[in-house]
Formats: sequence, C-alpha cells, structure tokens
Amino acid sequence: MEIQKAAIAGTLESSDAQVTVMPGTNGIELTLESSVMNQYGRQIKATVLSVLSGLGVKDARVKVVDKGALDCTLKARVECAVFRSNDMSAKNIPWGGVIK
Amino acid sequence: MIPRPRPERFRLRRTMMFMNAQKPGLIKDAYIYGVDSIMLDLEDAVAENQKDAARFSLYHALKTIDYGDTEVIVRINGLDTPHWQEDIRVSVAGGADGVRIPTCESAEDVKKVEEHVLAAEKEFGVEEGRTLIMAALESPKGVLNAYEIASASDRLFGIALSAGDFHRSMHTHYVPGGIELNTARNLIVMSARAAGVQCFDTVFTNLDDEEGFENEVRMIHDMGFDGKSLINPRQIAFVHQTLAPTPKEIATAETYVRTYEEQSKLGVGVYTVNGKMVDIAFIKDASRVIALAKACGVYHGDL
Repeated sequence: MEIQKAAIAGTLESSDAQVTVMPGTNGIELTLESSVMNQYGRQIKATVLSVLSGLGVKDARVKVVDKGALDCTLKARVECAVFRSNDMSAKNIPWGGVIK
Repeated sequence: MIPRPRPERFRLRRTMMFMNAQKPGLIKDAYIYGVDSIMLDLEDAVAENQKDAARFSLYHALKTIDYGDTEVIVRINGLDTPHWQEDIRVSVAGGADGVRIPTCESAEDVKKVEEHVLAAEKEFGVEEGRTLIMAALESPKGVLNAYEIASASDRLFGIALSAGDFHRSMHTHYVPGGIELNTARNLIVMSARAAGVQCFDTVFTNLDDEEGFENEVRMIHDMGFDGKSLINPRQIAFVHQTLAPTPKEIATAETYVRTYEEQSKLGVGVYTVNGKMVDIAFIKDASRVIALAKACGVYHGDL
C-alpha cells in the first residue's frame, strides 16, 4: 500500500499509541516518542517497521507517540493509520490476510 | 495467536461486562476480573469516527490476548448503521465466541445477522456454526417480539434487556424497584424460558447506589434471570454471590433428588419431605439447582 495522504490513529491515553503516517519519498522515516523508550524503544520500532513492511508500505514518514501500548495495540494503530491514508479503513478489511 | 475453544451455547453467564473495544487499557486486562463474559463494545462506547480504529484494535486483542475461560462477545453496531457488516466480519475473523445484536426487533433481524455470520465463517475458514448470537431488546417492539426473537436461531443463546433506550422510547426513566420495566422483564424471562434460551437483565448505571444495585440483583434473580449486564468490575462479586444457590437450596435439592430415586424404585410417584409434597415436577428444578451450584463452584456433595 502507498501512503496517499496524512492519516492518524490512536490516542495519547495510557496503554495506547498515536500513530501518524504521511507520504514520503525516502523509505520509512520513523520518529518515535515513548514513555518506555529505554526498555522497549527497539521493540516498538521493530514492530512498527514489520507491520509497515507487511502492508507493503515502502515510503512514508511515520510518527509514533507511544504511551506504553502492547504490541497488539501498536499493530492496530499502525494498520488503521495506513488504511485511513488510503480511505480504506471502513470496510472489506483483509482480516487474517495482511492484517494478522 | 490464541485459539479459543468452541463456544458453548449454554454455559454459566451470571455476569457480562461491557468494555470499550477502542480502549486498549481496558480490553487487555478484561479477563482478570473473573467475569463470566466480556462484551467488547463496537457500538455506543465507540465514537462514530473511531469505528474503524476500534475494529483493528478488537481484531488484534482477540488474536493476541488469552481470555481463558472468559467468554468473549462483541457488541456490533445496529442494523440501521453502515457498520454492522464489517463488525461481523472482524468478530468472526478474530474468533469471538459470539456477537450481540443491539436493538433487535424481530426474528428477521436475527436471521439477517445469522446470514452474515455464516458468510463470514465461510470467508475466514472458521468452523460453520461456531459463532453464537445474542439479541438485546431495547425497544417496545423488540420486547413484544421477544419470543420470536428468542426462538429465531440455533446459534442464539439468549436475550437481554437493555433499558437505556427502552426507557426513552417508553417516555419514562429509571425508577428504584423497577416498576417501569416490570412488564418488559417478565416478558423477557417468560419468552426466554418458552424458547429454551437464557435471559439477562440490563445494566445498573449508578455506581454510587450500592443498595439500589443489590436490590435490583436480588429482584432479577427472583424473577428468574440467568445473569446481568455490568459496567464495572466491582459489581461482579455481588451478582455471583446472589445468583449462586444457597446452602439451604442445595441441601433441599439434594434431598429431593435422593429421595425421589429411592421412592421411584419402590414404585412411588408422589410423597412428602418435611411436610412438603414432592413429585417429578420438583426433580427437574432440583437437578437444575445442583447443576448451577456445581457451575458456581459452591457444590461439595457427590450427586
């Protein structure tokens, strides 16, 4: 999938993460802020990159503000942001396909 | 991925707690409270512009979090919204135990949902017939059609009163003692029993009014409800305690079952225990009490 336009998903509540995706031209440019940066920074980055790669996103500027989200929440937020940027988040989601 | 066991259509459902599917902080811990069922809500708790996000969050929660023995039901959006079909797809794909239809008004509504559930089971390779259905009755029409709704599908395990909307459409409001819901509650219990499914009472929303909550739980237990919908974990313990058979009820049930076995062997159909008449009609209920006591973990006998 391509990032068609800026899109955002998630909140700044505890246990959540807010993910913003924007069109990019230079691979994945990821900026991460996390309340648990020291312990989990690397893992969060790895999860975000793996979800983007699973969705076939090659170029994007991505900003993640993490408030201690579990991996499953982080995945959900990244996916939702990418689908929103394509106006495809409302129906016929490939559950169990690229979303897994 | 956590494979969930095949849902049981009839199981212990004393408490069913609502959780906003959009709030990760809530749904990740939902199973620790010891509630019988959790209701992951895609409907009223989720703002209109977050319905999509809630589904992604729900899908991964269903796939990742081990809910153990806690039943996991998803409250889908109403059949008059653009959301319910995708809600069913995600619930089935994620392996939820069942879906709850809000504002169900007819057998046709149940059949419509059943059709889409089956289609989703086929689409996602989920065992056909696995996903259960329950119906919330929230309008006068829904309550008046309780029996046809309760008997509309082999997947349907129960019907629930949902009083918020019901109050509004009846031009009334919460009244301590529940006079305004009297007919609805009675019709729902009676319809559920006639159809052979379970029935659940509405939520009690004033968390500060403990006495009111406790009175309501005792009342719906006396009316015959199987369980109650809850909005807060601190309401769980009292419901479990109240809905469990008392030691006295268990002892009486045991006596009935034992003496009935003895008496039938002797060719006696009706007899008395402690001055009370007993015949086969009592035995079915006595067996139900013992089964419920076992399910609630308060039975220590050997029947």
